[in-house]
Amino acid sequence: MSVYDDYEMTIGIECHVQLATKTKLFSEADNDARDKEPNTCVSPIDFGLPGMLPVLNREAVTLAIRAGKALNAEIAKVSRFDRKHYFYPDLPKGYQTTQMYQPIILEGYIDAPLDDGTLVRVRIHHAHMEEDAGKLTHFGDYSLVDLNRAGTPLIEIVSEPDIHSAAAARAYATELYRLMTYAGVTYGDLYHGNMRFDVNISVAKRGAAQLGKRAEVKNLNSFRSVERAAEYEFKRQVDLIESGQEVVQETRGWDDDRQLTTSQRSKEDAQDYRYMPDADIPPIVLSEQDIDLALGDFPILPGQYRENWKDLHLDSSVVDAVLEHQSVASVLNSVVEQFGAGDLARRVFNWFASAQASEISIDAVKSGVVEPGRLSELSAMVGEGKLSSTGAKEIFLELFKAENRDKTAADIAESNNLLQVSDEGAIAAIVDQVMSDPSSASSIADIKAGKDKAIGYLVGQVMRLSRGQANPALAQKLIRERL
Amino acid sequence: MKISDYLQNSATENVQKALEIAKSKQDFGALLSLTEGRALERARAVDAGEFEGRLKGVPFVVKDNFLAYGGPSTAASKMLESFSAPLQATAIERLEAEGAICIGKANLDAFAHGGSTENSAYGPTKNAFDPQRVAGGSSGGSAVSVALDIVPFALGSDTGGSIRQPASFNGVVGVKPTYGTVSRYGVVAMASSTDTIGCFANNSDDASLVMEIMAGVDVNDMTTLDHSWADTPSFTRKRVGVVKQFMTSDVDEEVRQATIRYAESLESQGYAVDEVDLPMADYSLAMYYIIMPAEVMSNLARYDGVHYGHRADNVTTLAELYGKSRDEGFEAENKRRIMIGSFVLSSGYFDAYYLKAQKARTLLIDEFKKLFENYDVLIGPVAPTPAFRLGENTQDPIKMYLADVMTAPASMAGLPAISVPGGLSNEGLPIGVQLIGNYKTDRALLELASQMEGIA
Repeated sequence: MSVYDDYEMTIGIECHVQLATKTKLFSEADNDARDKEPNTCVSPIDFGLPGMLPVLNREAVTLAIRAGKALNAEIAKVSRFDRKHYFYPDLPKGYQTTQMYQPIILEGYIDAPLDDGTLVRVRIHHAHMEEDAGKLTHFGDYSLVDLNRAGTPLIEIVSEPDIHSAAAARAYATELYRLMTYAGVTYGDLYHGNMRFDVNISVAKRGAAQLGKRAEVKNLNSFRSVERAAEYEFKRQVDLIESGQEVVQETRGWDDDRQLTTSQRSKEDAQDYRYMPDADIPPIVLSEQDIDLALGDFPILPGQYRENWKDLHLDSSVVDAVLEHQSVASVLNSVVEQFGAGDLARRVFNWFASAQASEISIDAVKSGVVEPGRLSELSAMVGEGKLSSTGAKEIFLELFKAENRDKTAADIAESNNLLQVSDEGAIAAIVDQVMSDPSSASSIADIKAGKDKAIGYLVGQVMRLSRGQANPALAQKLIRERL
Repeated sequence: MKISDYLQNSATENVQKALEIAKSKQDFGALLSLTEGRALERARAVDAGEFEGRLKGVPFVVKDNFLAYGGPSTAASKMLESFSAPLQATAIERLEAEGAICIGKANLDAFAHGGSTENSAYGPTKNAFDPQRVAGGSSGGSAVSVALDIVPFALGSDTGGSIRQPASFNGVVGVKPTYGTVSRYGVVAMASSTDTIGCFANNSDDASLVMEIMAGVDVNDMTTLDHSWADTPSFTRKRVGVVKQFMTSDVDEEVRQATIRYAESLESQGYAVDEVDLPMADYSLAMYYIIMPAEVMSNLARYDGVHYGHRADNVTTLAELYGKSRDEGFEAENKRRIMIGSFVLSSGYFDAYYLKAQKARTLLIDEFKKLFENYDVLIGPVAPTPAFRLGENTQDPIKMYLADVMTAPASMAGLPAISVPGGLSNEGLPIGVQLIGNYKTDRALLELASQMEGIA
């Protein structure tokens, strides 16, 4: 028992998701600022020139509705924008346009799977639309402002404090990522900050009626850092309490190099944002038809896939791996639908899960080249003993290649000499050759002496001489007959 | 001068004449800058037949809170002293598309904060009838430019009375349209929920023509209405209400008499005139001076010395850059409103002030709605007094604010309201009469005013 076991952490997470719109939330400027020169994706609106007015991007509203659906949330029939005031050089208007009082996405929840497959339900308090600020880069005695990101549409998803472990925090962040990318809400480019997490964490003795004071670790942009920051904060706060000190309500930053959090500003420095309705933007009024229209071609979400694949009894690492790409999950789901939740499908899941990212082409999956028919044919050949598992894996990778587009798994097996030889006569000849080789004598003696494992050497020799095409099961049977 | 008087001349002739008068009347301080080069260039283009339209070759000026080509757009502030806009207000674009030519920028209270044009960073505008007196404001320069016959029409903005009151003080027609009638795109924002774009002219028909051209949906302003000027019906009930709350003893006797005379003229034309009750009008000024400063605080937050506009020298910290730039760039009245606005929105006070004011606003709108079930138009004075003396109210902000007491209600409710000339005081100062209509009855309001011209 360590002292930490006496404490429980309580975590709520705010997540900013950058919407995959073509233009910004209130202007026609390009929303994709990656690899662009500073201040080139900026319109007079984003620049906050006098007399400029916001023009709401309806595509952002559509994506917010889809986000709401992915969060199992109700969509507000009427929502509004408000202004949040503070001064900072990356905020050209002196206020951020956000939704303080009437957000577009109301209460919802998500079920996030832990590593052992159990689901943690985290309720969503609400999610609102808002614009991003620009970026400030500091040099010695001056700073430069880049407004390319100013006005980029975001939704901020605010969870209830339903998370009680660092692993669950990671699971929640990961599942949120999957949901938002599956629903087409965001491109999900974490490196470019497409999803950023603020983790609010407090600790209290187990069973305590009251939660402790919380610290907010801001701007985490990976699932791992969410988990690490939660772990670190838990220990830090428990240590403070145990040494008789107090936890201060404050904003902290995550130092990824040193793997620790550092204080940024305390509650005393908190600003008064003087929120006010934004009279320049009429309320967003949505009818049932508007919402239905936005939800057209809404995809199957990860939770539904997990449910569909339950009977395969897959390891959660396999499920996580194949869910990483929506197109892969979709193809695999078709395999299960068409060929059932059996060995045939399970083999295909394992091929995908064990393949290195560099070995397979997601574009080939998206384009439909790697389709359920070819995959199931390949898997069936293994089931029928026509292919070794190594051979099957090799063909699996071949299926992604453009030049093999019109070839079946059987075609590839044949042209690459990967078909297993199950002709007893042909294998018997090789077995006889191996058994009579003097170098096999010691193994044969070992087997006869009860060391059954030694048969592996003899099978290996048969495989070598057949250039891998012999059916190993058949080879073993023939060897035993000759002992 | 009427717009039609200009249509017969060449554009170049009109523009040259207007520039000439403008220069000869410089002492009034009506204009902050003349966009002479661009104006003459456009006049030549019009004369060459490149533009046709209902305002072909007609010169006009705009309040200097409109972004326009050809010179700086200062909002009469030091903050924007050297700001040249890369684009032009929609209202100007629409007028230019009809052949009109903008010749200059008119003076105003800095950022349109004020009721006398004395808050301009570049000196006050003087009344067209008496240079010892104020022009009214905040669109004082525009009103005086029309009253002095520099141009036949001018653009202004009206947030709480900023067109109607100077129109009244200078004996011209001033139009504040239904909220959302004319795009606010390219006009420096004051209070977004009540800012309207309107005009001054020497008669109601000219004003109506200018408004018709500017009105309509603009993709750059989400709050613009689908308000087709020409299609709105005329008044048929012939019922007029004189607002009781506007006729108290707080209002100058001569000013009240002007309204009574106008009412009598309406009766002579077959209108039934009643006194009507608008109790929430008494609270309009209070709600206006809570909601407006809140929006002002917000809309002025962008002027921070970082991206454009005035930037203080010799600062070492970011806070100092903000503080000093804003201190130097804003006038006292700007700062006063920023502080009031920050206060009413601050944590813990939002419900007590801002939210309560918004609720009162809803009640006011309901009262107007009920009155318009029975009346075509409501009338009353525009301002409690004729033009006051320069400097008379500058030390007493409350007294200055009280001048908005009868114009704030229509602004709070978003209703169309116009100021029409209602005769002169014994001292020879113009007195206006205010006509308030229901939503989107702007055209009918000006039609009625036109019918009454020469009668009242």
